Amino acid sequence: MATLLLARRHTWLSLPLIVGLAVVGFWLLATLLAPQMTAFDPLDMVARRLQPPSWQHWLGTDALGRDVLARTLHGARHSLPIAVVVVSVAVAIGAMLGAVSGFLGGQVDNAIMRLVDITLSFPPMLLAMAVAASLGPGLGNATIAMVIVWWPVYARLMRAQVLEVREREHVEAAVAAGASRPRILLKHILPLCWTPVLISATMDLGQVILLAASLSFIGLGATPPTPEWGSMISDGAAQFYSWWVAFGPGLAILTIVLGFNFIGDALHDHFDPRSK
Amino acid sequence: MIPATENAPLFEVRDLRVAFGRAGVSLEAVRGISLTVDHGEVLGIVGESGSGKSIGMLGALGLQPDSARVSGSVRFKGQELVGLPRRELRKLRGARIGMIFQDPLSSLNPVMTIGAQIAEALLLHNETLSARAALERAEELLTLVAIPQPDRRLRQYPHEFSGGMRQRVMIAMAVANDPDLLIADEPTTALDVTVQAQIMEVLADLRRRLDIGLILITHDLGVLAGHADRVAVVYAGEIVEQASVDDLFARPGHPYTRGLIASIPDMSVERDRLNSIEGTPPPLGQLPGGCAFHPRCPLAQEICRASAPPIRGRAEHIAACHFADLPEGSTR
Repeated sequence: MATLLLARRHTWLSLPLIVGLAVVGFWLLATLLAPQMTAFDPLDMVARRLQPPSWQHWLGTDALGRDVLARTLHGARHSLPIAVVVVSVAVAIGAMLGAVSGFLGGQVDNAIMRLVDITLSFPPMLLAMAVAASLGPGLGNATIAMVIVWWPVYARLMRAQVLEVREREHVEAAVAAGASRPRILLKHILPLCWTPVLISATMDLGQVILLAASLSFIGLGATPPTPEWGSMISDGAAQFYSWWVAFGPGLAILTIVLGFNFIGDALHDHFDPRSK
Repeated sequence: MIPATENAPLFEVRDLRVAFGRAGVSLEAVRGISLTVDHGEVLGIVGESGSGKSIGMLGALGLQPDSARVSGSVRFKGQELVGLPRRELRKLRGARIGMIFQDPLSSLNPVMTIGAQIAEALLLHNETLSARAALERAEELLTLVAIPQPDRRLRQYPHEFSGGMRQRVMIAMAVANDPDLLIADEPTTALDVTVQAQIMEVLADLRRRLDIGLILITHDLGVLAGHADRVAVVYAGEIVEQASVDDLFARPGHPYTRGLIASIPDMSVERDRLNSIEGTPPPLGQLPGGCAFHPRCPLAQEICRASAPPIRGRAEHIAACHFADLPEGSTR
């Protein structure tokens, strides 16, 4: 037991986790303090258009002469909260439906799981595009679209966990002690089901940022002039010979997705060392 | 609730059957068992794995898996339990009838403190109790089952307890609401031999002090020798012999019981091999005709293959065997 604990402590603070925490920490800081971190307003035309990186403008300026670094830092203020909202709402809906589905079984289980199957049978990007397009552009609608795409993942995960935990003996003991069914689900099953959901949710934060950027890239998410990473890359794609316009937001997406994945992997290794 | 009938036994099971499977194919795991337990009495139920002893008692309390069907009659203080709505059953379970399971390692919720779990057992059946009072009572209960430093132990989690200590906690939870009946399903099987004796002592002590009826389910006839008043021997879903514990050991009427007694290791005799009963119990749905025990029985004759044995003996000692040599009288 002691050696096991030691071994665990040893792997807990791994290099990827430190890097992940540092990167995510940086973007969290940008979310809170973007206006203080840069001298320029993300919407102001502060210089000549399409200037390459310089000491004045570290990441250059875009086609309208706006500072790319300022826009990139301000982009975090849209991407990060959206990702958190999408994942929390999707976890809330998915975990609730999945738990009920696994616990009750029978027709309820069938109905919920077929709905999950139908939703998951679409490629996520395609379904998100379809929903976002039918709701109209805008970050709010993109958020709704992404929740619709994402909740079934957690429903499945939660159902599998509940199915496993409800067969454990302490649940039978609780039934024998006279506990009601809602109580058994809430107090004796659910508290043991969260770990894989939380690990998955951490990793998905990065994936949702990517999906949100993709929707904005094709014009279904943020509307101009909002400094959103996806739409900034879209602007950059139009300026093929000015690589820096897309470089800033591209780097932002790359690092934050990687950061969340590193953290998720570390959580996974820590809480579920068997399934490496 | 139906008022308790005077003179009715505390717990009376009549022709209890538990069957699995859908319409058409039905496998009976319990094929009509009858028994009674009274206040302050210890009934041992002994049988091999898969004999139906556990599922029978689970079925009696409505705890069987969804795929199982229970029929027959189970009366607790005169109240019929078979077919009772889930709400009503829930009021009895954990309050009037306590249950202890085999594996104390997995029968406690790993993410709740011991105190919270015992308090929950109390609060489930007493809504007027305050959380503080429940914790105080939980501390008393830990003292009752002889757990040292109960105030400190209450705040600990199950993984901080040894197997024997966890089983004591399970017993404390089972008796939390002063039940009339306690059903212990292999309470000592998962424990060390020395700890087994301690747990049996705790149970015997509680039975005396609280005057509860105790049903002790086990596969180990040796455990029952010092602790049960009466014993029911279960084979292939039926009770093949039922007698007072002394009578059973002195004059076993069924060859299966004799086999079980013979397979208890005797330390006074030096021997290379342990005695055992040849063969294995029949799988569900493949019961042999006639007496279910005949393929393994040293006494088996033609009649055992042809017809199911009658129940022989008087009410105090009965055995289901063609050759049971018991004092005859009114069979029940």
